[in-house]
Formats: sequence, C-alpha cells, structure tokens
Amino acid sequence: MGILRMGFTVIAVIFFVTVGDSRAQSPSPEEKGLEIAKEADRRLSGFGDCQEIFTMTLRDDRGRSRVRRMRILTLEREDDGDWFLSIFDEPADVKGTAMLTYSHTHTDDDQWLYLPALKRVKRISSKKKSGSFMGSEFSFEDFSSMEIEKYKYKYLRNEPCGDLDCFVSEWIPTYAYSGYTRMMVWHDLAEYRIQRVDYYDRKNKLLKTLLVKGYQLFDEKYWRAMHWIMENHQTKRSTTLEYSEYRFGVGLTERDFDQAALKRAK
Amino acid sequence: MHTSKRVSLAHLAILILLFNANLAWAIELTGNVGAEFQHFYKSPVRSDQKSNNVSVSAEAELYYPFPDSKDSITFTPFARIDQNDSERSHVDIRELKYHTVHANWELRVGIDSVFWGVTETSHLVNIINQIDMVESSSGEDLLGQPMVLLTLVRDWGYVDMFLLPGFRERTFPGRDGRPGSRVLVDNENAVYESGAEEKHIDFAMRWSHTIGPWDLGVAHFYGTSREPRFDPLVSKVNPYGETVLIPIYDIINQTSVDIQATFESWLLKLEAISRSGQGDPFFAAVSGFEYTFPDIASLGVDVGIISEYLYDERDFQPMNNDLALGVRLSLNDMQSTELVAAIIQDVENRSRSFYLEASRRMGDSYKVSIEMRGVGNVAPNDPLSEIEADALIMIELGRYF
Repeated sequence: MGILRMGFTVIAVIFFVTVGDSRAQSPSPEEKGLEIAKEADRRLSGFGDCQEIFTMTLRDDRGRSRVRRMRILTLEREDDGDWFLSIFDEPADVKGTAMLTYSHTHTDDDQWLYLPALKRVKRISSKKKSGSFMGSEFSFEDFSSMEIEKYKYKYLRNEPCGDLDCFVSEWIPTYAYSGYTRMMVWHDLAEYRIQRVDYYDRKNKLLKTLLVKGYQLFDEKYWRAMHWIMENHQTKRSTTLEYSEYRFGVGLTERDFDQAALKRAK
Repeated sequence: MHTSKRVSLAHLAILILLFNANLAWAIELTGNVGAEFQHFYKSPVRSDQKSNNVSVSAEAELYYPFPDSKDSITFTPFARIDQNDSERSHVDIRELKYHTVHANWELRVGIDSVFWGVTETSHLVNIINQIDMVESSSGEDLLGQPMVLLTLVRDWGYVDMFLLPGFRERTFPGRDGRPGSRVLVDNENAVYESGAEEKHIDFAMRWSHTIGPWDLGVAHFYGTSREPRFDPLVSKVNPYGETVLIPIYDIINQTSVDIQATFESWLLKLEAISRSGQGDPFFAAVSGFEYTFPDIASLGVDVGIISEYLYDERDFQPMNNDLALGVRLSLNDMQSTELVAAIIQDVENRSRSFYLEASRRMGDSYKVSIEMRGVGNVAPNDPLSEIEADALIMIELGRYF
C-alpha cells in the first residue's frame, strides 16, 4: 500500500515534471520563430538615432553596373515604427531628391518625396511595397522598418551558415501587397544577426537570396552589417549594398525629420 | 613702418586666399546643361515662325553650408540661349538666399522659389513665384522671387510668412517664338494698378499641417497678381500692323486651400482659390484623384490613373469647366523610365488639350526627355484656339553633374 502510494506519487511527479518540462523546454516552432525574431529585433533597437552613407551597385545580367548613393538619417521611435530621411546623391539627375518616411507598426507608412527641380513636396502612396527600389533588386518592403507584427514566424531547424551556426525560420508577411509568399531567414545563434534570407515570389518560387556580411559592432552594443548582396535568381541580376560612415547618437531630433527639413535636405 | 605695412598686407592677402580656398572647398556645385530640339508640326500663325528650333540651357547650384550649423547660402543661376526667339534667350537668378534654421523657426532672405499645391494638371494655388512662360507652358518653371520668408514650426503646423519686395513680370514668347499665341503680348510696357508698379511690396501667409492621411494648406496672398489681365483696349500696334496686348497687373487678394488625402493607393486632391481685385471676384478649383496600381503583374511597373475636374468662374479661360484624364507610368528600371500623359477636355464645347512627358536616364549622368503638347477639336471661340497652331514635339538631352 505504502509502496503503491509512493509509486503513484513518483509517477505523478515524473508525469508533471516531464509534461511541465516539455512545455517549458520545447515551445512550438511558431513560438520559437517568434522568440528568435523578437530577440533579433531587441538587439537592433535602443540606438536612438543614426546616420550613414548607403551605396548600391546594380548589376544586370550582362555585367553592366550602375551606382546609386544616398545618405540616410534614422530616428528610433519608442511606440511606433522608425522615421527615416533619405537624401539622394547619385545619379546626378536625382541629386537633392529626398524622401521622408514615418513608418507605422499597425497602419501604412506616411511618405513624402521632395523634388528639388520643382521645389515640390509630394505625399506619396506607401502601397508600393513589392516594386523595385531605384531599379535595384531590393524592393521597398526590403527596406521597410522591421516590426514584429508584420510577419508570422515558424522555426524550422538549426544548421551551419558559413563559419557560424544558425537558426533557420520561415517568415510569412501578414501585410497586404507583399511580393513574397514567404521568406527563409538565417539568424546566427551567437548574436541573432541575420546572415541570409531567401525570398519566395507570389508563385512560391525562389526569387532572391540576400547574403549579409561584414558585421561590425558599434558602441559595443549594435551589430550592423556593412555589405549586403541581393541576387535575383530569376533575372540573374544582382545588387550590392555597402554601408559606410555609420554614426550612432548624432543627436538628431524630430526637427530633422519634418517637412521643413525635407525641403532643405541637400 | 612701410615694410611692416607691406608685410601685414601680404599676410592679409594670404589669409584671404586661405579663407577663399577653404570656402571654395566647402561649396558644393551641382547642375545641368541641356540641348533641346523642338518641332512644330502645324503651320505657323506668322510667317517668320519656324518649324524647328534648337536651344541650349544651363543651370548651376552653388551651395555653401556653414560649418557646425544648419545654415546655408544657395546661389542658382540659370541661362537659356534660343535659336529663334530672343525673348526665350534669357538669364535668371533662380535662387540667391541665406537660410538659417532654428529649433522652432527658419528664415530665408534673398531670391527663392516656393511651390504650393497638389494637383497634376493645373497649379492653381501656386502664387509666390512668377511663371517662366518662355521656358514651358506647364507652369512648373518659375522665376526667382525676392523674399523674406519666416517659417514658424509649431505642434499645430507650419506658418510661412512672406514679405515679397519686387515683382517679376510673366515672360511671354516673342513674335517669332514658338510655342506662342496668336495674340502677341508686350514684354516691356506692363501696366500696374499700384503706383509703386513692380516695386509694390506683397505679402503672403500660409498655414500647412499634416493630420494623419490629410495634408492641408490654407493661404492668403495680397499684392500684385502673378497672372496678368488683358484688355483689348490696352494694346499697341507693332511695326507689322499687328495688335500687341499689354499685360495689366492688378493688386489682388487671393485666399486658397490645398488638400491631399492619402488612403492606401488613392490620392484625393483639391486646390481652390477665391480672388478679388482683378475684375469681378471669382472662384476657381481643381479636384480629383490619382490611383496607383503598384507592381503590375509583378513586372515592377507602377501605373497611375489620374482624373481631375477643373472649374473657373471666369468666362474666357482655357480650363473653366474641363475634365482631365491622365496616366502615369513608372518602370522602376535602372534608367528610371517615367511617363505622364493627360488629356483635358472642356465639358461643354469639347475643345481639348493634351500633354505627354517622358524621361529616361542614359548612363550615369545623362537624361533624355520627350515632351508633346497640343490642342484638338477646338471650338472657334475657345481660348485654346489662340495656341492651336503651336502644337509641339520636343526632345531634350541633359547632362547632370
């Protein structure tokens, strides 16, 4: 009797421990995918403001290349998407053109374009998500600010990625007008930095691969990648993106991201 | 004494040289040069007007940002030399301004250009600068305007306060110039309502604000009308025996609103003005929409559909009760190929005008632009009949630096 009782208790304990354990130790693939995305996002935030030079080299299938250069100012927002001011420097015919973006977590981004030849500020539709950004293999949505709510996540596996080990997750855009049915995202285990993204088009065929390289640590806290290579498997075109002169905490304020600032951006 | 003075002068000269060298180093130069060919495919009104025309233009922007501040000086001269029209050969200072930026205000002093408005086929509320009509009849090329512009930055929007000393007359094509008008306009003997003539000091104020999807502007202008009035009785006869109208510039009060609402792929637009002081007080408005189909068939091409209704209470206006339909194409390719075209038709007499503008980058620093403008189905008494003969096709090659 005593033994029976003891045996029951043991079984009960084992049962609760294992069930409880399995709940704590192995979350569903969806939960784990979300946790990875959240951790990656957490490690990218808290920088306040930054500015950098952004150089894109566009290569077509015949190997011809073109350069696009712009400066980007970013202001981090606490409870909503970040603010961006992008000022174009090259090619020369669009020099001085500037774009102001207030990204939002739950609604469409607000976007204004300043055309220096006409001295005109134009509010533009931010629905243009899947279209090419300046003729490159990057689309507008590839640059939109990362918000957790924009995707559904699913962790798939761990696997080596170059010299590192990576989590591999599937991201499915939840916003309208995306050019992608899904993305496969590789984050390294050590720092949760994106190493690679495979993009699948609306017909669920592999469209593009992004390789993210040259991570540098700023202010001992923020990892930022200096080289991005986007290859389009369907058109055989590619775009290389280089960031340079990255500066954090330059003291930018809301006044550097208003319409008056947009009009005087040079 | 003599020597020391010479030394100090030499020092001064070196200092000035060094300072200038630093300054020259800090000045940013951008600009473009362009060569343009125009073809007029209809017979001219006057026998001296040619079917083909070549012209060249240059614009440079010298920008000096003051170190350790957001203040700057900008100087933008522009020049065009035209083969056939001496009135179109002209030089203008588009900008020469000092701009100072502070936490809640900005000030511009000098010559500058300002654009107000949201619609595509007409620029009704835009009034600060005179239109450079010899450059283009689109109303998008503006002459530099002397101004003091104080901008207040508040939580409830921007307030722009303009003091506008000095008026610029509208530039009209000469007798040989095309595109011109059957009606000739005198560019030298304008008549002013104000005794101060072109020295009348004008004022304007504009409040603008963004509230969610709404971009709003309300403005008032008091001063010399940028748009001249014509009176058949105020004219002269030129040596060819033709009547030349003399522009009359009245003192006007104009209140305007411009509104754009941006909902997903819809842009809803309104511009409206109420003007008094130029004949009977009148009201005019443009309103419509632009809807964009982004990334059509996953080809990366954006297609926008534009429709606007144009109303003007005045009788003899080319766009007094007209409907515009247009299309905008952006290929989003490496060459940034773009096209916008529109047809504007009078609802009553069906007279119409059209334009097409397209551009494409070539290499890194060239851009080729094509433009077509013309009218069709013109009723005999419609103001468009005056420009019926000067439909044009134009190609321009620009080099940007």
